[in-house]
Amino acid sequence: MISADIQTVLPEIVIALYAMGALLAAVYTSKDEVAPLLTWLTGGLFVVMAGWIGYNGEGVNVAFDGAYVDDGFGRFAKVVILLSAAVVLVMSQEYMSRRGLLRFEYPLLVALAVVGMMVMVSAGDLMSLYMGLELQSLSLYVVASLRRDSVKSTEAGLKYFVLGALSSGLLLYGASLTYGFAGTTLFSGIVEAVEGGASIGLLFGLVFLITGFAFKVSAAPFHMWTPDVYEGSPTPVTAFFATAPKVAAMGLFARVAFDAFGAVTGEWQQIVAFLSVLSMFVGAIAAIGQTNIKRLMAYSSIAHMGFALMGLAAGSAFGVQAMLIYMAIYVTMNIGTFAFILGMEKDGVPVTTISSLKMYSKREPLRALAMLVLLFSLAGVPPMVGFFGKFYVLRAAYDAGLAWLAVAGVIASVIGAFYYLRIVYFMYFGEETEALDGKMSPVLWVSLMASAAVMVVGVVNLFGIEPLAAAAAATLVN
Amino acid sequence: MESTILFAPLLGAIIGGFGWRVIGETAAQYLTTGLLFLAALLSWVMFLGFDGEGYTVSLMRWIASGELSTDWAIRIDRLTTIMLIVITTVSSLVHLYSIGYMAHDDHFGEHGHYKARFFAYLSFFTFAMLMLVTADNLVQMFFGWEGVGVASYLLIGFYYKKPSANAAAIKAFVVNRVGDFGFALGIFGLFMLTGSINFTEVFAAAPHLAETSITFLWKDWNAANLLAFLLFVGAMGKSAQLFLHTWLPDAMEGPTPVSALIHAATMVTAGVFLVCRMSPLYEYAPEAKQFIVFLGASTAFVAATIGLVQNDIKRVIAYSTMSQLGYMFVAAGVGVYSVAMFHLLTHAFFKAMLFLGAGSVIHGMHHEQDMRNYGGLRKKLPLTFWAMLIGTLAITGVGIPLTTIGFAGFLSKDAIIESAYAGGTPFAFWALVVAAAFTSFYSWRLMFLTFWGAPRGDHHTHDHAHESPAVMTVPLGVLAVGSILAGMVWYGPFFGDHDKVNSFFGIPAHAAAADAGHGEAATATDHAATTEAPAATDHAATDHAATTEAAPAEASHEAAPLGAIYMAADNHVIDDAHHAPKWVKASPFVAMLLGFLMAFQMYIRRPDWPAKLAANQRPLYLFLLNKWYFDEIYDFVFIRPAKALGRLLWKKGDGKVIDGTINWVAMGLVPYLTRLAGRAQSGYVFTYAFAMVIGLALLLTWVTITGGEN
Amino acid sequence: MTVAAFTFYAFAVTTLLGGLMTVMSRNPVHSVLWLILAFISSAGLFVLLGAEFVAMLLMIVYVGAVAVLFLFVVMMLDIDFAELKAEMARYMPLALLIGVVILMQLGMAFGAWDYSEGVAERLAAPAGEVQNTAALGQLIYDKYIMLFQLAGLILLVAMIGAIVLTLRHRTNIKRQDILAQMYRDPAKAMELKDVKPGQGL
Repeated sequence: MISADIQTVLPEIVIALYAMGALLAAVYTSKDEVAPLLTWLTGGLFVVMAGWIGYNGEGVNVAFDGAYVDDGFGRFAKVVILLSAAVVLVMSQEYMSRRGLLRFEYPLLVALAVVGMMVMVSAGDLMSLYMGLELQSLSLYVVASLRRDSVKSTEAGLKYFVLGALSSGLLLYGASLTYGFAGTTLFSGIVEAVEGGASIGLLFGLVFLITGFAFKVSAAPFHMWTPDVYEGSPTPVTAFFATAPKVAAMGLFARVAFDAFGAVTGEWQQIVAFLSVLSMFVGAIAAIGQTNIKRLMAYSSIAHMGFALMGLAAGSAFGVQAMLIYMAIYVTMNIGTFAFILGMEKDGVPVTTISSLKMYSKREPLRALAMLVLLFSLAGVPPMVGFFGKFYVLRAAYDAGLAWLAVAGVIASVIGAFYYLRIVYFMYFGEETEALDGKMSPVLWVSLMASAAVMVVGVVNLFGIEPLAAAAAATLVN
Repeated sequence: MESTILFAPLLGAIIGGFGWRVIGETAAQYLTTGLLFLAALLSWVMFLGFDGEGYTVSLMRWIASGELSTDWAIRIDRLTTIMLIVITTVSSLVHLYSIGYMAHDDHFGEHGHYKARFFAYLSFFTFAMLMLVTADNLVQMFFGWEGVGVASYLLIGFYYKKPSANAAAIKAFVVNRVGDFGFALGIFGLFMLTGSINFTEVFAAAPHLAETSITFLWKDWNAANLLAFLLFVGAMGKSAQLFLHTWLPDAMEGPTPVSALIHAATMVTAGVFLVCRMSPLYEYAPEAKQFIVFLGASTAFVAATIGLVQNDIKRVIAYSTMSQLGYMFVAAGVGVYSVAMFHLLTHAFFKAMLFLGAGSVIHGMHHEQDMRNYGGLRKKLPLTFWAMLIGTLAITGVGIPLTTIGFAGFLSKDAIIESAYAGGTPFAFWALVVAAAFTSFYSWRLMFLTFWGAPRGDHHTHDHAHESPAVMTVPLGVLAVGSILAGMVWYGPFFGDHDKVNSFFGIPAHAAAADAGHGEAATATDHAATTEAPAATDHAATDHAATTEAAPAEASHEAAPLGAIYMAADNHVIDDAHHAPKWVKASPFVAMLLGFLMAFQMYIRRPDWPAKLAANQRPLYLFLLNKWYFDEIYDFVFIRPAKALGRLLWKKGDGKVIDGTINWVAMGLVPYLTRLAGRAQSGYVFTYAFAMVIGLALLLTWVTITGGEN
Repeated sequence: MTVAAFTFYAFAVTTLLGGLMTVMSRNPVHSVLWLILAFISSAGLFVLLGAEFVAMLLMIVYVGAVAVLFLFVVMMLDIDFAELKAEMARYMPLALLIGVVILMQLGMAFGAWDYSEGVAERLAAPAGEVQNTAALGQLIYDKYIMLFQLAGLILLVAMIGAIVLTLRHRTNIKRQDILAQMYRDPAKAMELKDVKPGQGL
């Protein structure tokens, strides 16, 4: 019994053990000098684990009396999480090393955060959900304030922590309300309990839970922390925030919505739709005024989460599929974009103002072109892959009878296109003021170009991600 | 063979148009010309060896969408073969002629590359035209129809540096759109009612259509009449009939070989071809036919009057073309489609030749086109003169009255006038006779002004006037032969007695049907599914008596009539035309003679008369010179209101309302919201937490109001 | 009213009062003290429910350790709470309104509270005469082993975080290096010189 359980959670165990072992090893050896090595090692481990999970996993395995569920949906999310975390880690190595930020704890904290995320997307119980969430969050709070000498970084960490604690409190309150109604924290038990209909108390519990999730995915109006934290954290950490944790939180959201509350789809659909439309508009409108590209990316991710939530709001298998595809595309785009941002520097000092990009195309035509492709894709301009992501969720919403939501999504994406295109405008037509310099490390360059290439080449068949996402969604929604 | 004819010009167009940089301009010219001659040769082989029995060559699956399913196919029957020889012959000769005519062109400077482009356009046009005439269904025909429209646009605007050429090209395109709109509506209607666009099925359904009514615009119409009328609107545009004719004179901005090919011999006759091709439908649409007769006769008359006073040599011929097209439509309208085709064929020869001759004159006179500056060119351009003379004799219809000996136009035009008489429309008959007189007048006026009298205009030009090279005169010679003989050779098949016409156009044998009735007719004609088809025409089999009553009306409900054209059972116009009174048969000749004498009087004996007449009858003169003020009226009725409306929508609708709203949203509302969002982002943790709690409260309220059923 | 009921209401009211005063007190030290009161009352409620082990944990861990730690921290920090509160006071009316709305809604939810059908079968706690502590042990170390381990990981992360964010390696201060001390070789560290009187080195 226990051996089967351990077999199921083996990837998590391996990563956790690796983190602990590496921690010990590093403490007793040369400490921060092995950090670059550890970073690459951790990234490599993530890739190996992603391959292992992706190729080996099959069927639905329930472990620890239902507290942990390993199914297609979870595996899809885990592979995306692991791969994106690996790429972001590797991308950050050079940047952080040069600025003396690369402490050996960083990759290990990321590794532990990833363990938390993996537990999140595989949670089958409110308690494991919470444990995963906290493991992830706590690691993120720490890495957010990694640049501890910078006021902004510490402020970012603190804000994140305080607000995260608040959201955790709300989430726990919701969990206890749910437990109070259902008498169990197991999703399978909850879904049984709500089959006969949901009382207002349970719905309140649901609302509180959703509030907690919405904070994690930074959906409006629980998004306010995002710009400040994105701006204050070291850029590689921001890149990390914008990718893997978002996938994990969306996965968690979907899992609770369908595994625990699948019988009362109608009850949460409206709430999710509301969050979705608000996020899309807040993200699009507030981003316009931004001058810092990291803040801009924060609002961009808020808007993108709005679109992903639209897929969830559809409440159908196709909606979940659309959401998964959207998240995978979103993560790919963000990796490329942050690779570009990591390469923005002048005299060795990172620059994050948008106006510094003026006439960038003249200096670095290829990088500017790649960024252009990514920005077009982020804005959802056909024929870039980003368009198809949007197309999927819009279709899902429309099919589910949420035509108004789809229309709102289109309007929001039109507004949102403005600030993406403004960057393009700066890069190609602006007046050159303070020119950026700086070479790009090969890793960043490859990430940027690969991501941009994916945005163009992917239109052929989205790299076959569609059937995978469909299969994953089918295991969740039945 | 069919595919070769069809695709040789396309091949030429592609190679000449895209590959001339590789093979060189000269090679491109010769290649396209050579391919066209090949197509022409094959066409003649096919025409002469054709036995009247139609067949279809399927090239590929083309469209399959819902009910709509059609192949890309070549339909070969008598109509097609006639058009094939007309198109390929004229086109190949024009290609050859263009080698000389386009050798030097001031519009493109010393080193401009334009020749290959010109030849590619010509070949492309030929291909599109062939597509049109070989079409086996309406959509394919429409494809060819639009293809020739494009080619025409490109060629009219060939001198794209000339604003007037561009304007003319656009005008031609736009006016044709009006007609095409009707054509397209007709196709839609046919598809709606018959569920098919293939000719065979549409024709089969024609009798049924005659009994159907359809609601269009504000009232119910007879389906056959309405659809026939809509199709004719398309034909009006393409064939420059009255009200949609204004583009044709302007189209003379294009190079002269283009005028000869497109605006005389082929494209403009597409409308006539369309009506003949759809004859099974028109036979069931008497009102539409009546309209065609009326409009064709009016066109013939109006165009002839305008032609009387024009001074540009090409415009005179253009109005003459328009007038002759009117003749053809009258023939088609009274139901003698074979005669319409006959005139189409002969007209192609002599009108192409007149244009090419005019081109030769223009070429020799250094691109001078005003006839008032010609005169006495007989000696300088002898070959051209003879060719033009033959053309004039042909168009005016010189021949021996009451026999079948004469120039091409004599036979075909007289056949039309007799048919018009037999068709029972006095207006059409008289209009055509008067138009014949006018035709004679302006044709001879052209000849006299150009080749007789004293040289006028620039001395320098006259001194250097020269005969065109052989490459230009040889086509003239070939066409001259056609202009002389075409009428006499094919008089029988087109307008001879009934049997000849029927067998020429592949209309099924009637003798068998006459004594055997339906059942055996089927076996005789060897077409399993067409039992009723011969029955429908078997009435015609009892032909000459022309008194027998109509065959069983229910006969032709299922299958399409065989043969290239179809004449309903009660259509005896050909026979009636043959039996027209002698004075009717002689009338066109008399009219021609009158016209000639008037011209001779005014331009040879008393050259001062025209000016005096113009001064005396100034309003009439101006009225004609300004082409009945059609352009001005259109400008006032359509163009200015349209522009005013456009300006209104642009300035007020688009500028104020749409742009205004968008600007307000983009420049006012969104930035305002952005500032609002920026202010909310205060940086204080408690603000953020407060926002979260407000959101929570909102969600809770929402759930309280809507949710919780127990 | 039985004794049990009276005790329950007493503890409940005290808990609420403690929570309220924690928020309302002007002096942060007082707040912490009110918090301790709330903890203790909660422990009393646990005892009433028969969960004596959790009650003891609450006393030992929260009152004994956490709250005291809070107290020290609060006393060491110099925060002008009055200023912060003034800033927040601007939003007071709206905040009150929302607070009242949420309170009413929660009241409604709890007022109409009912359990789902078959709650009893889904409860995880082992039935029968098992001691609290033993039952907890069975759950935590058996059924919830993974959650327990994850909790351990969370604590590890917290520890790492504390170290990462606070530990500074200062290079300019002297530290005791035990190994260096132990491996110190007197022969090398010291050189004996024979100083002759009256000459010096």
